[in-house]
Amino acid sequence: MIELDIRKQMLTADGLRSLEVSVEIPRHSLTCIWGPSGSGKTTLLRMIAGLVKPDKGTISINSIPVYDSGKKINLVPQRRHVGYMFQDYALFPNMTVEKNIRFAQGRDKDKELVETLIREFGLDNLRRQKPDKLSGGQKQRVALARAIAAKPHLLLLDEPLSAVDEEMRLSLQDEIVKAHTLFSMTTLMVSHDRAEIARLSTHLLPIGQGKTVGLEKASFL
Amino acid sequence: MMDTDFITTLALTGKLAVLTTIILLVIGLPVAYWLAYTHCRVKVVFEALVCMPMVLPPTVMGYYLLLAFNPQKGFGGFLDRFFDVRLAFTFEGILIASVLAGLPFMIQPLQNGLQGLPVSYREAAYTLGKSKTKTFFSVLLPNIRPSVITGIALTFAHTIGEFGIVLMVGGSIPGETRIASIAIYDEVQTLNYRQADRYSLILFLLSFVLLVIIYSINRGPNNYFTNNKHLG
Repeated sequence: MIELDIRKQMLTADGLRSLEVSVEIPRHSLTCIWGPSGSGKTTLLRMIAGLVKPDKGTISINSIPVYDSGKKINLVPQRRHVGYMFQDYALFPNMTVEKNIRFAQGRDKDKELVETLIREFGLDNLRRQKPDKLSGGQKQRVALARAIAAKPHLLLLDEPLSAVDEEMRLSLQDEIVKAHTLFSMTTLMVSHDRAEIARLSTHLLPIGQGKTVGLEKASFL
Repeated sequence: MMDTDFITTLALTGKLAVLTTIILLVIGLPVAYWLAYTHCRVKVVFEALVCMPMVLPPTVMGYYLLLAFNPQKGFGGFLDRFFDVRLAFTFEGILIASVLAGLPFMIQPLQNGLQGLPVSYREAAYTLGKSKTKTFFSVLLPNIRPSVITGIALTFAHTIGEFGIVLMVGGSIPGETRIASIAIYDEVQTLNYRQADRYSLILFLLSFVLLVIIYSINRGPNNYFTNNKHLG
């Protein structure tokens, strides 16, 4: 269970805007964050990952408080066990596909998991390639595999399909569902594509109109 | 036949350039990292200080260092009394002067290289559980390799060609502080043009080769020089 009760003032192109979210996200759900541009979708993910500090509130991941403004708790990203897939994928250019995925692991190297991820995401032929030789779809698969290789408690996907064409988008949506189910992940994903949300998500977290309280079932679409 | 004085001077020049480059690389990496990523308000003051040797006449820096190294008082006096160390007119003195004069040539390429990397590289490494040190050595440093090579080559080339500050702090003591650029001046003063020719040709070729190396590793749209016209 992911519990969020946070507030953050954001400076947007339209001036100051308040982002307020108070929700409980069930384990093993695939929740889509949905809202207009500038509503704070990415900021919300970054606050959960520890990359941006909320103004006040609490965040707990599987009952572990990672942020609590009252108790002055603010764990660094390294200690939150959150996988994050960035919009630009953030693959390290100096490492091959395989090394990017291996780099995600801590001291307990799980070679079997790395091999499973390479196989499941169809990266076997690409394992010795550097990221600059990969297509957008291939980069997305490597980034997804790398985020999972760290065995996170929560997987955050920031508009993972924004940079690929329609055909690739459908195929990659399948990859996300596969990753989510195969590794029993709890996944939180930013999207503003209604069809994508309807196809992928089990829950919906709409933000942008005042305070968001509670999740909606994705079937409302 | 090369005379001993000629070889000693060139060896001293090389030793000064190599040591200056190594010291500046060790100092430059953490300083450039701090300057690249800090949100501290006094950052601009430190950036200005690092860049000072580029705009200040070398003789001004040399003059202040000579005052600081004066064994009769202040910092120089402290070193003399407590450690029996004298820096004015010694190799150690010109080494310190060269390190200070070379600061911008090492730190600016490293800082620009780090700032040119997407923020998401650091953030991705952090979310994968990696410490700042591990992220720096495994992710950031390997991806700014052209900037590191540029910093090393620029610092080396600049130190080889250093004149004013070394002359002020070290004078022209053969085997101790007389480096090639100062030797050229001395030889011309004594009308020994043949020797001045030899020094000049070696410095010219060395500088040219270093610049060719820098430009060949910086080919392409995202390189140090196209991003830093003010230095090019």
